[in-house]
Amino acid sequence: MAGQPLYSSSFNKRIANVDRDRRPKNQALTGPTAKKGAMSVMGAAPERKVSIGEARNEGERPRLMEVMRTSESRNISLVTTSNNVPTWYRSVFNLDFGFRSLMLLAAMTVLGIVGLIVTELLQRSSLAWRKFGLHFFFGSEWDPVSGAFGALPFVYGTLVSSLIALVIAVPLAVAVAVFVTEMCPKPLRRPISYATELLAAIPSVIYGLWAIFILVPLMRVYVEPWLMKYFSWTGLFQGPAYGLGMLAAGTVMAIMIIPIISSITREVLVVVPQHQREAALALGATRWEMIRMAVLRNARAGIVGAVILGLGRALGETMAVTMVIGNRPEIAKSLLAPGYTMASVIANEFAEATDDLYLSALMEIGLALFIVTIIVNILAGLMVWTVTRGTPARANA
Amino acid sequence: MHSRYIKLRRQLTDYFFTGLAAGLSVVVVGTLIAIFAYLVIKGAGSLNWSFLTQTPKPVGEPGGGMANALLGSVMILGIASAVGVPIGIGAGVYLAEYGRNRLGKLVRFTADVLNGVPSIVVGLVAYGLVVIQQKHFSAFAGGVALAIMMIPTVTRTTEEMLLLVPQTVREAAFGLGIPQWRTTVSITLATARSGIITGVMLAFARVAGETAPLLFTAFGNQFWSFSANQPIAALPLQIFTYAISPFDEWHRQAWAGALMLVMLIVGTTTLVRFVFMRRMPGGAQ
Repeated sequence: MAGQPLYSSSFNKRIANVDRDRRPKNQALTGPTAKKGAMSVMGAAPERKVSIGEARNEGERPRLMEVMRTSESRNISLVTTSNNVPTWYRSVFNLDFGFRSLMLLAAMTVLGIVGLIVTELLQRSSLAWRKFGLHFFFGSEWDPVSGAFGALPFVYGTLVSSLIALVIAVPLAVAVAVFVTEMCPKPLRRPISYATELLAAIPSVIYGLWAIFILVPLMRVYVEPWLMKYFSWTGLFQGPAYGLGMLAAGTVMAIMIIPIISSITREVLVVVPQHQREAALALGATRWEMIRMAVLRNARAGIVGAVILGLGRALGETMAVTMVIGNRPEIAKSLLAPGYTMASVIANEFAEATDDLYLSALMEIGLALFIVTIIVNILAGLMVWTVTRGTPARANA
Repeated sequence: MHSRYIKLRRQLTDYFFTGLAAGLSVVVVGTLIAIFAYLVIKGAGSLNWSFLTQTPKPVGEPGGGMANALLGSVMILGIASAVGVPIGIGAGVYLAEYGRNRLGKLVRFTADVLNGVPSIVVGLVAYGLVVIQQKHFSAFAGGVALAIMMIPTVTRTTEEMLLLVPQTVREAAFGLGIPQWRTTVSITLATARSGIITGVMLAFARVAGETAPLLFTAFGNQFWSFSANQPIAALPLQIFTYAISPFDEWHRQAWAGALMLVMLIVGTTTLVRFVFMRRMPGGAQ
């Protein structure tokens, strides 16, 4: 044959394909024809060159000069010196193929990491799973010395402290988002959103430090006695005011999840169509009525998504909580009592867990935490997506 | 009469909720200011030259510093960036340039999942993957844990930034006969450079303060360590150890360390925000 396609980068393939569509079927893609097609697409003068080429080297491979003039000349020395090399050889030594494979490898690494997380957690927790089964999550005795592992106090602690965090954080976060997008004077917008973003940049361990030395004494001296005085009838605020405990942990966590909830809520509010607002105002609504009827109602699903996303972050939160929750594996009704969470038991006990069953019990807690946060995050992502889909992503409101 | 009453009530409700939203915003911003104020007040007093140059002293002796923890953090973050950034950018390039298929969707979804994995779980996995194989704690294990946390952020930012580069730029490059890989490397990636740097630095700032994944990978160390194969101190770990200790001297050191760490992170974030974000392909955002 006179020659095959000169080179096989996907771009040139695309051009060849364009060309192939115009030709009658069953006709092989030969060198001069392919070149002619490529040339005409590229806008060079095809007629003259091809006729010269055909006149001089009928049936031979294209001359060096012509190869040089075409696209990949600098990178194809290996590939195009001979027409007799098999196709797989060309594609293996084609840099496009190599580059694409490298990028694919990186992408597969991301898949691989998540796969490794799952298999690693499953494998290393199998001992505890086989020994305790589902009872693991319903037993409330945690005594590593005697080999009793029941994770209920940790599950309870995680849920209750996250709920406290949500109760405190949601009104604040939504208020900030509404204030920034709908109410506040323009010059204040950026500073306030920047401030909430800064809250997100502070590491967890520093929140913990701040909470130990500032928040906990504040709780012990002012907040908890006050709650005990006026709300002890609910049964939720009883017992000695240690300062350390569920309430303190929930409060720190609330500060940490405010930025997440508030920035996503802002994103969701921004995509509410402007004409909805205008319509409400035109009907004579006050600004608050407009926000309630036009903005919040349209953004409802997205705000719920933002809250769930905050919950996902709160469930996995480790350091700050470990530092202030008191770390006692008991289930107490009072929110002032010390507790323990799934993440903090791993943080505290993993490095000193000696026997295999202990390690595997902690791994199983990790696995449960992983599964729950993944489900929560996916759910939240879906809810936010239903509101913001179809609009371009934006960094800030 | 009645209608005037209703009008007044509606107006008052409006004022009330405006005031409420403003007040709650003040609470949030006030909390931020309170945290920073305490950090600066408590940290600045203990931040001195020996803090930056000495290793921790035994309990009871005054002085000493966190120099080894600073070095440890630098080493762990260096390992994390060396492992995480190329993989993250590569995956981002794949998603943006070749990822309009089922595999692309799957990878995108996986990156989002990875982004939501609690940091303590990442620590557990790094323990299983590296520490158990090596049979001891090491700086390398800490670096791997932080790399896993960096990858999804870098991947998604890279993808977003590459997609902001107009398709016509790529077509122009193809029209000049530049092969696709070369277009991606020298033209698309170069155009999106500031945006990608932003993403990398934000990921860096995010993992710089992570403590939970280091607890049982890097483990901490009271002495100098220069080896990637040994347990090593890290700034956040040291802050944690000192904060929950009962000694006043250590508390002071913890505040100083916290101030250092926050300056590092907030400095990076602010720099990124005001320098690089202006130059993103999408324009100032």
